[in-house]
Amino acid sequence: MTALLEITDLVKTFGTGDVATRVLRGLSLTLEEGELAALLGPSGSGKSTLLTILGTLMKPTSGHYTMLGHDLIAADDKELTAFRNRHIGFVFQFHNLLPDFTALENVVFPTAVRDGRETPAARARGRDLLERMGLANRITFPTAKLSGGQKQRVAVARALMNGPELVLADEPTGNLDSASAMQVMELIAQINREEGTTFLISTHDEKIAALCRRQIVVGDGVVTG
Amino acid sequence: MLYALKIAGRYLTASKAQTALLVTGVAVGVFIFIFMSALIGGLAEFILSRTVGDLSHVTIQAETEDPPLLISPQGHVLVVAERGSTRTATLAEAATFLPLIEGVAGIKAVSPQIAGAGVIKRGAQVSQVSVIGLEPGRESAILDLEGYLVDGSVRLGSGLILLGRDLADNLALTVGQTLRLQSAEGVTAALTVGGIFQTGNGGVDGARAYVSLSVARTLFAMPQGVSRIEIKLFDVNAADTIATRIRSLTGLDAVPWTDGAEQLMEALDAQAQTGYVLKTFALITIVIGVASALLLSTYRRRPEIGIMRAMGASRGFVVFVFVTQGALIGVMGGITGAALGYLALLPFPSRDAFEPGTLPIDITQGSYGVAIALTVIGATLASILPARSAARVDPVTAIGQ
Repeated sequence: MTALLEITDLVKTFGTGDVATRVLRGLSLTLEEGELAALLGPSGSGKSTLLTILGTLMKPTSGHYTMLGHDLIAADDKELTAFRNRHIGFVFQFHNLLPDFTALENVVFPTAVRDGRETPAARARGRDLLERMGLANRITFPTAKLSGGQKQRVAVARALMNGPELVLADEPTGNLDSASAMQVMELIAQINREEGTTFLISTHDEKIAALCRRQIVVGDGVVTG
Repeated sequence: MLYALKIAGRYLTASKAQTALLVTGVAVGVFIFIFMSALIGGLAEFILSRTVGDLSHVTIQAETEDPPLLISPQGHVLVVAERGSTRTATLAEAATFLPLIEGVAGIKAVSPQIAGAGVIKRGAQVSQVSVIGLEPGRESAILDLEGYLVDGSVRLGSGLILLGRDLADNLALTVGQTLRLQSAEGVTAALTVGGIFQTGNGGVDGARAYVSLSVARTLFAMPQGVSRIEIKLFDVNAADTIATRIRSLTGLDAVPWTDGAEQLMEALDAQAQTGYVLKTFALITIVIGVASALLLSTYRRRPEIGIMRAMGASRGFVVFVFVTQGALIGVMGGITGAALGYLALLPFPSRDAFEPGTLPIDITQGSYGVAIALTVIGATLASILPARSAARVDPVTAIGQ
C-alpha cells in the first residue's frame, strides 16, 4: 500500500505564556491509501485538533504534514482551500448542512463552488450519490425536513462529491440512534471497499471502531496505539 | 460566479421578511432622493420661469455709437454733442442675420424689434410709454402676450396697439378706442387699441405698448433694420453657449440673460447645493442601512460560512456572495423606490402648469436613473465591509458554534 498522508512531530499549542495549552505533543502518523481507520481517545486527547489539521482547516504550531506529495505546511490559504476542495471530504457530528438548500444542492456544493456553477454532470453525480445513500426520494427535500440519520447520509454524500482521496469524519454517528449510526457506518465501509476512499473516523463508540480495519489511539497529544 | 449569485439570491429569499424590510428601507431612501430631485429641480424651474421666462434669453442690441468730437489742430475740443437718451441705434443687417440665428440649435423663437420711447395722449391725459414694435405673427415670441391677454386680440395689424392693463385703466381706454401716440422722434400716429394684457408686472402693465414693426418704423424714423433682436431658448441654461455660438456665427454682440443676473444664479446654485446635501444624506442612510443589515446577516450565517470554507469555498467566493447580496438589495430597492417616487409625483401638475399654492415639483427631474445607479453602487460598496468580515471567518470556530 502507498502512503496517502504522513505527519511527523506535529505540535499544536493554543494560547501563549501562562495560558498556553499544548494539545498535540509531537504526534506522528501515516495513513495508507484505502484505509478505514478509527481515531480513538478520551475527550481532550487531541482527536478533533488532529482532524482539523489533517483537513487543512488549521495549521500546526510545528511539524510536517504531506499528503499526495504536497507539503501542506508551506501552502498558503488559497492553495489549501483548493486542495481541500479537491482531495478531502468532511463529515461532522452535527451534519452541518446548509439549511436553506435542498439535499441535492448541499451534495453538489463542493463541485459547484469549484466550477462556479451547478453543471448537469454535477447534479447527476449528486443524484447518484444520494440514491446510493438510500435517499432517492429525498433529493429535492429541504434539509430541514430530513431526519438526523438522513441529514448525516446527505453529509456523507457531500463529502464524497468531488471523489476525495481522504474523508475525515468527526464523531459522524455521535448524534444518531444506534440503528441510524450502523446504517451510516455500513455506507462508509461500503464506499471504502468499493472506491478505495480512505476514511479516518473519530469516535468514542467501540462498536463503530470495531467496524474499522485499523484503530489509532491518541492520548495526551501523541499516538499511543 | 453564477453560483455565488445563486447563493446570494437564496440567502435573500430565505429571509423574506428581513429582505423585504431592507429593500423597503432602501426604497424609502431612493424615494426621498427622487422626491428631492423633483422638488429642487422643479423649484429652480419655477423660479427661472417666473424670473426669466418672459425675458429674452439672448439679446442682440444695436450698439449706440459715441457722438463724434471735432478737435482743433491745437487739440481743443470745438464741438461736443451729448448722447441723446432716445437715440435709436440700428441693426441695419438684421434681415441678413435672422435666418442664420434661427438655424442655431436650441432656439425656440426669434423676435426682431424696434424699441423706443413715446407719449400717449388721450384728451387731456398723457402717459409716457415704452413702445416696442413686433413682427406680426411673432407677438408672443418672447413675452407670452397671448397668455396675458385680458381683452381683444394680440394680432398687431396696421394702426393697432396693445396696452398694459394699468396703462389702459389710467387712460380710461378700452379695446376699439383710439389714441394718439407721439414718439420721441416727434412722429405722431393715431392708433386703435387692439388688445389689453396683464402680466402682473407693474412696470410692464403700466408703461408698455406694443405696435407692429411697420408702425414702429414710422414712429421711430427707421426705414430699415431693427434696434434689437430678442431670442428665446428651449433651455434657459444654454444661454451662454448659444450666445457664444451666435457671436461666432454673426459677429454681433449677443448677450445672454445670465449677464447681470449673478445674484439669481448664486441663489439657484445655493438651492442646488442644498438639494445635493439632502440627497447625499439619503444615500448615506441607504449605505448605513445595507451595511448594518448585511453585517447582522454575516454574523447570523457564520456557521454556514465556515461550512462553505471547509468545503473548499475561497475567501473571494464568500466576498462575492455578500457583495452580490448588497448589489441585489440595491437593484430591488432602487427600482422599487424609483417606481414609488414616480407614482407619488404623478398627481402633481406638470412643469408648464405650476399654479400658486401648489408645490412646484417637476416629475421629469426625478433623476430616476441616477437614483437607481447611485443606490446600486452605494449598496454594493456598503456590502464590502460585511463581505470582508465574512471572508475572514475561521471555519473551525464557526463550525463549532
